[in-house]
Amino acid sequence: MNWAPLILTFELALVTTIILLLISVPLAYWLAYSKLKIKPFIEAIVSMPLVLPPTVLGFYLLLAFSPSYFLGAFLQKWLHVKLVFSFAGLVVASVIYSLPFMVQPVQAGLRALPDSLREASYILGKSKVETLFRVLLPNIKGSVLTGVVLAFAHTIGEFGVVLMIGGSIPGRTRVASIAIYDEVESMNYSLANTYSLILFAVTFCILLSVYLINGGYVNRFWK
Amino acid sequence: MIRINLEKQLHSSGGEMQLQVALQIKQGEFVTIYGESGAGKTSILRMLAGLLQPERGLVEVNGKKWLDTANGTNLKPQQRKLGYVFQDYALFPNMTVRENLLFALEKHQPKDSVNEVVELMELNDMQHRYPATLSGGQRQRVALGRALVQKPEFLLLDEPLSALDESMRARLQDYILKVHQTFNLTTILVSHDVSEILRMSERMFVLKEGKIVQVGAPDAIFSDDSISGKFRLVGTITKIQQNGVVYIISVLAGVNLIKVVATAEEAATMATGDKVMVVSKAFNPLIKKL
Repeated sequence: MNWAPLILTFELALVTTIILLLISVPLAYWLAYSKLKIKPFIEAIVSMPLVLPPTVLGFYLLLAFSPSYFLGAFLQKWLHVKLVFSFAGLVVASVIYSLPFMVQPVQAGLRALPDSLREASYILGKSKVETLFRVLLPNIKGSVLTGVVLAFAHTIGEFGVVLMIGGSIPGRTRVASIAIYDEVESMNYSLANTYSLILFAVTFCILLSVYLINGGYVNRFWK
Repeated sequence: MIRINLEKQLHSSGGEMQLQVALQIKQGEFVTIYGESGAGKTSILRMLAGLLQPERGLVEVNGKKWLDTANGTNLKPQQRKLGYVFQDYALFPNMTVRENLLFALEKHQPKDSVNEVVELMELNDMQHRYPATLSGGQRQRVALGRALVQKPEFLLLDEPLSALDESMRARLQDYILKVHQTFNLTTILVSHDVSEILRMSERMFVLKEGKIVQVGAPDAIFSDDSISGKFRLVGTITKIQQNGVVYIISVLAGVNLIKVVATAEEAATMATGDKVMVVSKAFNPLIKKL
């Protein structure tokens, strides 16, 4: 059996989740506390991947990354990065596609904290950054963990976007969900079944951990 | 000397309100801002701490300008040297009591000051517990202690005792008075508890709809000159009951429940939950040693 698609899937999910964590914390912080008029527009854009068909997102990303258009040409010429039909392209697409799954729990966690915690920290002379890392984030561990787990699981479950932007190049862009589709197409049911079972079990475990977190089991343990 | 002059349009539950206050507080004084909820008491404290921006104003503490909208001076909350105790204590749930106190230390400030606060507020036994496991009174002691770690000269207390029961209040009032004296603080208390103000405060400002309507010593303000009573108790109405042609009003003053007879006209002006003063012109009070 060929493990490459599964390994690629988890690699993609891991890289995507790490990048998302770095992007989402500042973005969620800004969304939680900003009073700028532009905020609802940003919120809407961040949440779009929740409702948009993945093929729509994939289609526009494909156009954007294509060397025949401005962005793709620019990236290829100046940064020597090719985002269509490459792993890097999958990562960028996955980050956009899973963004709301990370941003929303963190934003909601921050909003749920009383303002007085932040204010008390400021009055004690601590900067905003120090307050974020020493007061705010440690008190929303559960939300951050939920975001991480959901983003990871959602990336594993991608199909439409990766198909549009990555194609199905074995070892490079052929992730498990696409491999299953290909195997079914070629009537190779037993391999499709193996891949499917593994994804089934893994995603179940991941989601179970989310509900354990939300049920407070993990929070009690972390305290 | 603290000079305060603040103006701000506030959006309260009762609609728009123009807050406009000017106060002067002497070094070492203990003053109270008294008023109904929504009068703007907390907003004043928040503007002093830099958490809320006034439209126009001046805050000058011992000659140093913290805020002067005329020339654009506006220190951040981090730069204003003051202690602030929040109504909900605002202890950090992820830190133990001791970690909460250590967090308050300034860079390079020695830990002695934490130990001193632990000693003074008698926090020794609970140092390694988390705030969630403490009672309201204990949390309040920690919050007060944390506000003192940086040794501010100026302490702001936002209804710090409102969530506590009567006996716990009395004990914490002692703590507050103790730290006020020990640290030689200038303290501003926001409160609507009459007995608390009478006990703690040297001077009070009565705030009504964003304006200061009365300034003076608490006894003078709370005792109405038209009454020459010998006993005066402040309490809350718990029940108003009609009994034939008169009304019986039950008033809870401290732990005593007092029943007072009132006429229908008097009863009509009162409602359950109102703060009232019960005055008795006792002619021959008896005294007994306990």
